[in-house]
Amino acid sequence: MMLKRTRAAFDGVSEERWNKQIKRKKKIKHTRQIVRLSFATLFAACFAVLFLMPIVLTVTNSFMSASEISANYGQVFATSDTGGKVYISERVNLKFIPDMVSFSQYITVLFKSPEYLLKFWNSVILVVPIVIFQLLVAAGASFGFTRYRGRIKEIIFFVYIILMLMPYQVTLVPNYLVSEWLHILDTNWAIWLPGIFSPFAVYLLTKYMRRIPISVMEAAQIDGAGEWHIFSRICMPLCKGAMCSIAILIFIDYWNMVEQPLILLADSEKHPLSVFLSKINAGEIGLAFAVATIYMVPPILVFLYGEDYLVEGITYQGGIKG
Amino acid sequence: MRFLKGKMPKSSPKIMRTKNKNLNKADKKRPKAGSNRRDRRGKRISILYLLPSVAGVLLFFVLPFMIVIYYSVIDNPISGQFVFFDNFIMVFQNAAFKQAARNTMMFSAVAVPLAVILSLLLAMMLESKIPFKSQFRTFFLSPMMVPIASVVLIWQVLFHYNGMMNEVLEWFGKGKIDWLNSGYAQVVIVVLFLWKNLGYNMILFMSALSSIPKDILEVAVLESASPFQIFWHIKLRYMSSTLLFVTIMSLINSFKVFREIYLLKGDYPYDTMYMLQHFMNNTFGKLDYQKMSAAAIMMAIVMVIIIGILFLTENYFGKDVEG
Repeated sequence: MMLKRTRAAFDGVSEERWNKQIKRKKKIKHTRQIVRLSFATLFAACFAVLFLMPIVLTVTNSFMSASEISANYGQVFATSDTGGKVYISERVNLKFIPDMVSFSQYITVLFKSPEYLLKFWNSVILVVPIVIFQLLVAAGASFGFTRYRGRIKEIIFFVYIILMLMPYQVTLVPNYLVSEWLHILDTNWAIWLPGIFSPFAVYLLTKYMRRIPISVMEAAQIDGAGEWHIFSRICMPLCKGAMCSIAILIFIDYWNMVEQPLILLADSEKHPLSVFLSKINAGEIGLAFAVATIYMVPPILVFLYGEDYLVEGITYQGGIKG
Repeated sequence: MRFLKGKMPKSSPKIMRTKNKNLNKADKKRPKAGSNRRDRRGKRISILYLLPSVAGVLLFFVLPFMIVIYYSVIDNPISGQFVFFDNFIMVFQNAAFKQAARNTMMFSAVAVPLAVILSLLLAMMLESKIPFKSQFRTFFLSPMMVPIASVVLIWQVLFHYNGMMNEVLEWFGKGKIDWLNSGYAQVVIVVLFLWKNLGYNMILFMSALSSIPKDILEVAVLESASPFQIFWHIKLRYMSSTLLFVTIMSLINSFKVFREIYLLKGDYPYDTMYMLQHFMNNTFGKLDYQKMSAAAIMMAIVMVIIIGILFLTENYFGKDVEG
């Protein structure tokens, strides 16, 4: 207040006018902010629509009847054999809402053609053990990395980071060689084992566990707790949230896998749905959207249930040097 | 800040050692960490916890990688003749490999910077107090959850020759483009890649933005720094480690784009979509281990070099603000 008055006196402007000016300036600033925010919101909304569109379209299209789909999209997936049998429109009509809502796709997928459910089950069988056992192995390993840190352990940890950063194309050949050597090629083990020992979860969990104040563990040690007690009663409960986040990240990653089964599982009977979906031929495209939607359901459920965990998990990942 | 970043006091044996040192100077000569019997036992047990994972990693990643290195410099596994770099040269002269390497590099060079910049924009937008922030976050993150296999059908419909994108182009009076079977194929893949990865990067940037100390920003505003100055000199420097991480992750994910291409177009897509992974897959069919090993090792070397350069740059630009 004092400052303003002197300033006003200095400039030869009355105090009232000065205050008015300030108010006006504030107002302009305020409106500018609002305009900017609404622009940002609009922009974000556009982006959001673009982001959601493919997902929403897949779901809505899954409620079309098979004939409607082949009429609309037949061209996209047509091969020589479907040429004359059904009506296929010249354009590809992308529809947001089906003409007639029907559950026929779902009924066919769920009750009449078991092969899709079988492939879905393959996916579950491949992914769930990896999530569970990778977490178990990682829990032990990250405890080992956290307690009694020494030079050798740091070097090993560095190797883990390097391995984690290698693209799959690099680890693929080693994976294949080992699977062949152990005679587990073409079995689920070829996917399970490298998945279980993947350094990803170890890295994340170690980073998290090292943030637990060391005094907590030392206090327990002084009170006579053995390593097992420190591990199971202190570290694990404190890392529960992190474990959830990591489980979600692993799950997404492996639910989406394509490369591994393609190379390690020659037998297409064992392929998960993600690979199988791309091979749905023109005759069955009526079902494709329903199958795709069913395949989306588990990760979406996980996402809705654990979005905060997921965000937290991604956040730990950042700051690689931590 | 340093503490928040997870820098911890060193492990307990060291603390004990320093205590001993203070007590009695003669203790200096004692053997190093773990001299205490209980500590030594604890140390041994902690190695036990580490063992399953280390054994697995050794068996499935490290040892086979050694074998791969061996394979890459021999003639064939049966004779085991040492041929130095012949395999590398052979791979390098392979037209398919050249094509694949060029495509992959081109794709990464376009997609990675785009992914970093766009996601940074998105994150800044969400951090600027817009309404429905958490809803927007959910929307942007959702593509990450959805398996590519599920939405690939819709992408095929969108980018088909008679599909929706071309219809939109027609409204604007442009001719049709055969998206998936022409030079534009890479555009489609870049869009698909961005769609899938922006949300993940955005979360990383958002957490970095929110961890910038507020007082520094306030001081900057008081000193009448322009928004651009605040962004360039403060925010960007504080986010340098996140920037590094996002770039590395985007780079790694850009190698995974094979997935999308395979699901869209199968084993042999249009020329500009033929990626390194395609080369690997198709070489697997021929069981040519030497070639594959050489290719894998070359890729590993390139990765290590790129990551190293990124780390060094980050060290150079971000060292004085390391929180």
